Amino acid sequence: MVRAENVYKTFYTTHKIEALVDVSCGVDKGEVVVIIGPSGSGKSTILRCLNMLEKADRGHIYIDGIDILDPKTNINKVREEMGMVFQSFNLFRHKTAIGNLTLAQTVVRKRSKKEAEGKAMALLEKVGIPDKADSYPDNLSGGQQQRVAIARALAMDPKVMLFDEPTSALDPEMIGEVLDVMKTLALEGMTMVVVTHEMGFAREVADRVIFMDEGQVVEVGTPEHFFKNPTHDRTKLFLSQIL
Amino acid sequence: MLEPILAAAVRRVSKVTTGSFSITDYLRTRGWRHISIVLFFVMVGMVIAGIYFATLKVEYVWRWYRVPQYFYYKDTIETRAEIEGEVAPLVTRGNQVEVTVRGDGEEETYTVPAQSVRVKEGDFVYGGDILGSYQKWKVGILVEGLWVTLKVSIIAVLLGILIGLFTGLARISGNPALRWTAIIYIELIRGSPLLVQIFIWYFVLGTVINNLVAQYGINQLPPIWFGVASLALFAGAYVAEIVRAGIQSIHRGQMEAARSLGMTYPQSMRYIILPQAFRRILPPLAGQFISLIKDSSLLGIIAIRELTKATREVVTTSLQPFELWFLCAILYLVLTFALSMLIQYLERRMAISG
Repeated sequence: MVRAENVYKTFYTTHKIEALVDVSCGVDKGEVVVIIGPSGSGKSTILRCLNMLEKADRGHIYIDGIDILDPKTNINKVREEMGMVFQSFNLFRHKTAIGNLTLAQTVVRKRSKKEAEGKAMALLEKVGIPDKADSYPDNLSGGQQQRVAIARALAMDPKVMLFDEPTSALDPEMIGEVLDVMKTLALEGMTMVVVTHEMGFAREVADRVIFMDEGQVVEVGTPEHFFKNPTHDRTKLFLSQIL
Repeated sequence: MLEPILAAAVRRVSKVTTGSFSITDYLRTRGWRHISIVLFFVMVGMVIAGIYFATLKVEYVWRWYRVPQYFYYKDTIETRAEIEGEVAPLVTRGNQVEVTVRGDGEEETYTVPAQSVRVKEGDFVYGGDILGSYQKWKVGILVEGLWVTLKVSIIAVLLGILIGLFTGLARISGNPALRWTAIIYIELIRGSPLLVQIFIWYFVLGTVINNLVAQYGINQLPPIWFGVASLALFAGAYVAEIVRAGIQSIHRGQMEAARSLGMTYPQSMRYIILPQAFRRILPPLAGQFISLIKDSSLLGIIAIRELTKATREVVTTSLQPFELWFLCAILYLVLTFALSMLIQYLERRMAISG
């Protein structure tokens, strides 16, 4: 479903930062893959490379068999099939919750207003806040905003969902409501790639865990393997620091 | 009539001061505020009175009553005979009367309103004699000037928005050709005085364009076209920078979220970024367009009779410069104030919708 092969990415800001060094990984259909690692390890970068919000310098990235780094690929078509949830929600601030959900449906998927609204209401129901349909993002709590953001991505009927630290900007008491929505999604068989610091979520929901450090994939394994007997020293050190 | 009001005032004062009222208490509470307000009006009055008495010292005679005629006036319209001869029988057609003068082997017919006929059948008239005369209200030169200023400003504002929007988008485009063109345009326009640009438009580009179109048998373009072009391009450069700043002030995540949903760059701009940016650029945009209305006063130098030019012409004939220049300033104030009210209304309306 999603496959990255030998991906490199370097940022040039004040100095050269090698964000991704020869990263390869894959996600099968219906699989939930959690990427963890210390900050600056490149886990967000690889996620953003998967839908071209960052353009990888080298390597190949295949989404559903399409090479997105091929200049002939229409990236917009690929993105239609991939939902993305951001750390800072990024809800459209001039639109109500339901407006956030219907916009791309009508503009990109060319659905009728009525159809889009029906879909939007069903999804708001699913994430548990149908009563907030007419609220603007500024009047929603962080947890509510993130659930609207998840619903917005789902409204496009994506084949893959990418989560970029979806709970990191939330107050602790709101993390649970967002994780619950994500767990429901995973149980329904959605293909998911999740960058997170929530080890509980990784242990409970992930089919596989990828540990990254300094732009490289250090270890890949099932949650049992990963949390019980990690092979690499760096993984052991990281786990000892956070658990 | 006054008693209940006074009684209420006393009750209020005694409530605040709990019975014992003194000047120091009053000064400590609301007194200074009241004194400041009174001082303000005294000051304004003194400035106005000062100007008035100073003008009396230089023996200026204020004649405000002469001013209204430049807004609207009764014009006398006279129809005069061009030949000499005898008036033939009058022919009435509705409200109009046809007066025919028959002279030596020639004949002329004039149409005048029925009530205004001054001749009757058989009268002998000479060339230049009045056949009919009536009065009609007409708008004065100041109203005409105000209208030209308004017209020029509105067209220039609309064009300026269009130019500014596209240049602003080009300015942040990834395409170097677009970006550099936008930068050069903005820097050229912002780097020279508007007066010079108006001269260039009229005397350089105007001459070239008029000569070129003349080769195709087209009439000369009126100066107002070049005036509007110079103002619109001038405003466009500033609007472009306002638009750019507005777009760049929108958080990067908004664009990323839009793109991640499969929207193209133009779609994201149109549905997500520009609506949000527009709200932020309204106040600086208002300032820019108020400047544009005022800058239109420069167009007088290329023979466009806008408000300032009209005022100058009136001053030379009326010899009442004090009244007229104050009036001119007030008329500009009316235009700019109306515009800023309109923008404030827009801002409020957008604030309500989230």
